[in-house]
Amino acid sequence: MTTAPERTDPTPLAPGAPRSGTTFLGLPTAPRGVGHLRGERPFPDAARDALRDGQLRANLGHATTTIRKKRAAVVGEVPDWEALRQAGKALKTATMARLDEHLVELERRVGERGGTVHWARDAAEANEIVTRLVQATGSDEVVKVKSMATQEIGLNEALEAAGITAHETDLAELIVQLGDDAPSHILVPAIHKNRAEIREIFLRTMPQVDPDLTDEPRRLAMAARAHLRERFLRAKVAISGANFAVAETGTLAVVESEGNGRMCLTLPQTLITVMGIEKLVPTWRDLEVFLQLLPRSSTGERMNPYTSMWTGVTPGDGPQEFHLVLLDNGRTAVLADEVGREALHCIRCSACLNVCPVYERAGGHAYGSVYPGPIGAVLSPQLTGVEDNASLPYASSLCGACYDACPVAIDIPSILVHLRAEHVEAQEKTTPEGAAFTALATAMSHPRLWHLAQRAATLGRFLARGKPTLPAVLPPPASKWTRSRDLPAPPRETFTQQWAREHRR
Amino acid sequence: MRVALFATCLVDTVAPQVAMATARLLERLGHEVVVPQGQACCGQMHVNTGYRREAVPIVANHVRAFAGAEVVVSPSGSCVASIHHQQATVARRAGETALADEAEALAERTYELSQFLVDVLGVTDVGAYYPHRVTYHPTCHSLRLLRVGDRPLTLLRAVRGLELVELPGAESCCGFGGTFSVKNADTSTAMLTDKMANVLSTHAEVCTAGDASCLMHIGGGLSRLRSGTRTVHLAEILASTEQSAHPTTPTDAVSPHQATRPAVPA
Repeated sequence: MTTAPERTDPTPLAPGAPRSGTTFLGLPTAPRGVGHLRGERPFPDAARDALRDGQLRANLGHATTTIRKKRAAVVGEVPDWEALRQAGKALKTATMARLDEHLVELERRVGERGGTVHWARDAAEANEIVTRLVQATGSDEVVKVKSMATQEIGLNEALEAAGITAHETDLAELIVQLGDDAPSHILVPAIHKNRAEIREIFLRTMPQVDPDLTDEPRRLAMAARAHLRERFLRAKVAISGANFAVAETGTLAVVESEGNGRMCLTLPQTLITVMGIEKLVPTWRDLEVFLQLLPRSSTGERMNPYTSMWTGVTPGDGPQEFHLVLLDNGRTAVLADEVGREALHCIRCSACLNVCPVYERAGGHAYGSVYPGPIGAVLSPQLTGVEDNASLPYASSLCGACYDACPVAIDIPSILVHLRAEHVEAQEKTTPEGAAFTALATAMSHPRLWHLAQRAATLGRFLARGKPTLPAVLPPPASKWTRSRDLPAPPRETFTQQWAREHRR
Repeated sequence: MRVALFATCLVDTVAPQVAMATARLLERLGHEVVVPQGQACCGQMHVNTGYRREAVPIVANHVRAFAGAEVVVSPSGSCVASIHHQQATVARRAGETALADEAEALAERTYELSQFLVDVLGVTDVGAYYPHRVTYHPTCHSLRLLRVGDRPLTLLRAVRGLELVELPGAESCCGFGGTFSVKNADTSTAMLTDKMANVLSTHAEVCTAGDASCLMHIGGGLSRLRSGTRTVHLAEILASTEQSAHPTTPTDAVSPHQATRPAVPA
């Protein structure tokens, strides 16, 4: 157990939390100033720049199309896919309902098998715990398994500040790290880079790289392998995330493709795992469902090449010291929202990113958080408090492709709409948009007023001066439409008017 | 059957020919059409933009306007989906339980046009004539919320003279998304551009769909490009007959007015 560091940074309240009048001040959300859940710019601004990057658009279009086809093929061959999906959803719902009990059980089981559990209420606390654990080993470097949780809390930066070098060993994370870049996809962090760009990064940053390196995938993988092998063999500490933790046995699981994860999980003396509290499943048997759902949804494979599982420590075999850091960082606040909590069911497969038309065009960086795409647009604003990521719930056309693709049937569109309302209802002053929507609602609920408003709208046809469309340049906010699309000139008469005229008795 | 027509706020105000075509079609099939004059909007735009509390009186107005209707038909997958999936939820959240129950009961009697024709009336050949090369865009809410499936295609295949061409990437969103089209205008336009590229690759004269809103988006983009391809609502095609067909005028070519062979002569 650890003591919490002083908290100086006021953090926003969770959506739906009571705001005043009682001593309950809401559940804490992820703190500001640490980690990577908040962007510097609103989504529309960041997306505008990304949309102009032709190379990015081509890379993303190619990658998402390929992976979408693979996923569709392997999902299509499972006759009971829908039943499996509903089973995944039911298991997650049941687990979240008793998460506290399962977590305590997990802590007990991990302890019984020689591991140590640490509770971190936020990113700052988790970083502090991990840094202290690494320092205790006397090592000044660690190897890392690909992990979203450690990206979320900004662990690499925290370690660097303490003089500890973190080596990412997942090939794509390595590319991102060497390129001094940020991940743009949950599963394929370097999805925005193509082979030629990766070759350039390797040539520029790998000390012992072959200067004749080509952009052939095999040659690139060989270069990464040579670069990483040396680090695996000398590392004394590894840091991982976790795909699952089984409460009844205290077993942790990491699912991966490359085998780099297994090197980290088996070679070093000390293993530190940082895991979001929602990754837990109650029983071993639950893995049966998720290990079928995850690989088909994420990489489009029937089964992933490596599934590593470990329970505490085994004398003489693998790491002799094991620490599990259980991370909240806003998750309990998400759990408190009865509509939004479904976002915690996410198993980080990234199927929703790959099918999302917005993600496919704007790319992951536009979301500003390590969790991009549809799931990021519902998860990030809830973890940080919706006002800190207010543009994200609107970064969707609500087309619903994400809901269909989600292996645990998270109704992402409904959560997006819910968070939009949370944002609107959090405004203390009336916005121009709010005033307009209120006025429109009044008109739309009083037929007489509505008919007047409609008649006023049909007067807009005079702006068209006899042409079939309105002028291409209209003042804001209509300009947002007319910059790229025409608007038809309004008709002389509305349908209901015409109908009433024709059917007057 | 006595059918109450819900035009939707958008169709009623800016694309009245779509509602008129729906009415003419249903009348041609032998049904009585009534148009409740108290109708306005389903409330979807408010809900989807975050104004769920403000949407409650709109839902109440809708329920009031259609109270007593035997069945309600609407030429919009999106609005019907909102009636089915959102109205009762926002009413219930606001504590309006009675309204929520009424909205739920009304939703059970509310159908999107292609579903009404195929599932309720059991008609696939509506006796339409439309001698044009047409491609069909399945709008997201028809496809994924209402699951209309291939009903619109079945109806289109039975239209005489109509040459149906498959739309590549049909299931991708056109980028409209209601207020998304202005709040995220750039991303929306990027999606629209790809949709238009696919539409134009078919060399179709007409792109059709079951939602006037998505068609206004696609049609507005095609019009801006001065493309010769127009957008025409499914109801307008199904309402067209040999009698109603007449040559298009050259100005139609750049109009998003959905005017290729208007189903309903002015």
